Amino acid sequence: MKYVILKKNKLDEFIVNLSKQKKVMAPVSKGYNNYAFEEVTRGGQIALKYIPTILPPKKYFMPQYETVVEYDTKDGKQNMEAIVEYDEMILFGVHTCDLAGIQSLNVVFSDRPKDLNYIIRKNKIILIGLECNDYCDEHASCKLVNNELPNGGYDLFFTDLGDFFLVHVNTWEGENLISLTKVFEPADDIHMKKREKLRAKKREIFKNEVKINPDQIPDLFDRSHNSKVWYKLGERCLSCGNCTNVCPTCHCFDVEDEINLDLKTGKRIRIWDSCQHESFAKVAGGENFRRKAAGRQRHRYFRKFKYPVDKFSRYFCTGCGRCSRTCMADIRLKETLDDLIKESI
Amino acid sequence: MKDLYKPIEVKVEQIKNESPGIKSYILKPQKPNTEFSFETGQFIELTLPGFGEAPFTPSSSPFNKKKMEVTVMDAGYVTSRLHKLKKGAKLGVRGPYGVGYPLKEFEGKDIIILGGGVGLAPLRSLLLSLIAEKKKYGKIMLCYGAKTPKDIIYKSQFQAWKRSGVKILRSVDKKDGSWKETTGVVTVLLDKIKINKKNTIAVVCGPPIMMKFGTLKCLKIGVPDRSIYLSMERNMSCGLGKCGHCAFGPYFVCKDGPVFQYSKVKNFPDVWE
Repeated sequence: MKYVILKKNKLDEFIVNLSKQKKVMAPVSKGYNNYAFEEVTRGGQIALKYIPTILPPKKYFMPQYETVVEYDTKDGKQNMEAIVEYDEMILFGVHTCDLAGIQSLNVVFSDRPKDLNYIIRKNKIILIGLECNDYCDEHASCKLVNNELPNGGYDLFFTDLGDFFLVHVNTWEGENLISLTKVFEPADDIHMKKREKLRAKKREIFKNEVKINPDQIPDLFDRSHNSKVWYKLGERCLSCGNCTNVCPTCHCFDVEDEINLDLKTGKRIRIWDSCQHESFAKVAGGENFRRKAAGRQRHRYFRKFKYPVDKFSRYFCTGCGRCSRTCMADIRLKETLDDLIKESI
Repeated sequence: MKDLYKPIEVKVEQIKNESPGIKSYILKPQKPNTEFSFETGQFIELTLPGFGEAPFTPSSSPFNKKKMEVTVMDAGYVTSRLHKLKKGAKLGVRGPYGVGYPLKEFEGKDIIILGGGVGLAPLRSLLLSLIAEKKKYGKIMLCYGAKTPKDIIYKSQFQAWKRSGVKILRSVDKKDGSWKETTGVVTVLLDKIKINKKNTIAVVCGPPIMMKFGTLKCLKIGVPDRSIYLSMERNMSCGLGKCGHCAFGPYFVCKDGPVFQYSKVKNFPDVWE
């Protein structure tokens, strides 16, 4: 385990230095308590205290619009070339909920058959995490899914301890950044103790937000297939797909062909899609396998708290609270869980 | 790792009109010495460049590796354009994907094949596989239903299947003057057969409503739930178990199916809907 420190007044130098090597993306304030990951070139542009960004960093790992094949049908031929689009970058300031989100995506796209486009892109992104010292707002449920503390998935991890950051060096890539930028100093016991103090305080602040032992959540869902809660959600849900767009683990997409104006060449793309849209499970002929919003909401929750637990031994809810924050019909994740618990007692 | 979204080029060698609205396409790889390799029940993504892809389970025998046949109902965006194609057109095929029929499990057993409408397409592939190695299996019974006699697909092939020893029962929802077989929903055909409850497999494919009542009827006549196999229809988009379109309970139809043992899926909330 290697730790170093970065004095706060050297953050700018660090970011300037990094941005000369690669694109640096970091949380930036967009006003009205909204934040977004954007390219930065100076430390001052970064919002060090921020609540989860509107879109999670998944937008860099699986872009909203991505070309996977280019084709050319000139001369009666059908030439198809596989394409991988990627962008080398350093992501700075990723909270632990979003690191967990990226880990979830890694699991999905590394599962066989491995997704080459995702894996190549992921390997071009360096991740620098940033610890949350405090709760972001009432929508967060990171303690429920044990994401209030880092669980790996980063190259470097920053903890803000007043006038310095304590930095955990987790990978060779991280080590490389430390030696290239030359702004870090060795960490000693005093720094480590300061982090211990912060973590002790965090244990006080971060309490499980839902009255259930997290281990019992899959069981709760097993008993909730026909719950009234889903029908109530279905009545409120507008099927807009906001919740899945902003979710750090939702990764549903559609594969479509786009033809160019010459009507000969074109490309095959994948674009974000949402299981909440009415047409998502519709097949040719009009049959719809999740016709009602209630069934679609149930499906969303099962894909966070039940199916991935059976399949990958992890929750696909990271506790970031984005779905609740963005929902136009005020569907709140914690409230849904509470209602399921109440009903099952 | 393969280029997962890149199809191989195929040529439409022949187009057959099966019924009003349903055509079969015989596809041949463009590249010399390329063979199709699939297990019966697996599916492919068929590409029509510029319009997109759609999933189909080949209706031909997997023993024929030189050519593949797919049967297409004019029902949506891609299929309506496929129906406008002429012989010689170039298409793309990627796959095969998913898990097909577990033929090993079928050995030594009687097999009921229950199909409705264009749902006979994957079942034809299965039937041809069974006929090719007939000695391995017990009685083979095909129960097939269509809306009207005109809507029956593979009309010319039933005789040959009969000659191969397959017991064939057919029904139509609405008969016309010439129809001499059963009239009624396809499930009534199951009343006409005697089964050995301990040693019978049922395979069901058709429109969702038919699959639901077909499955329930199979249970009623005594086929155990673990011996009923369903060929599920969903809108498989990526075919790789990633895009989520065909999510079905904890499974992806494209990867864990499209063939499912009923006992494994019967408790999912969205099994029929």
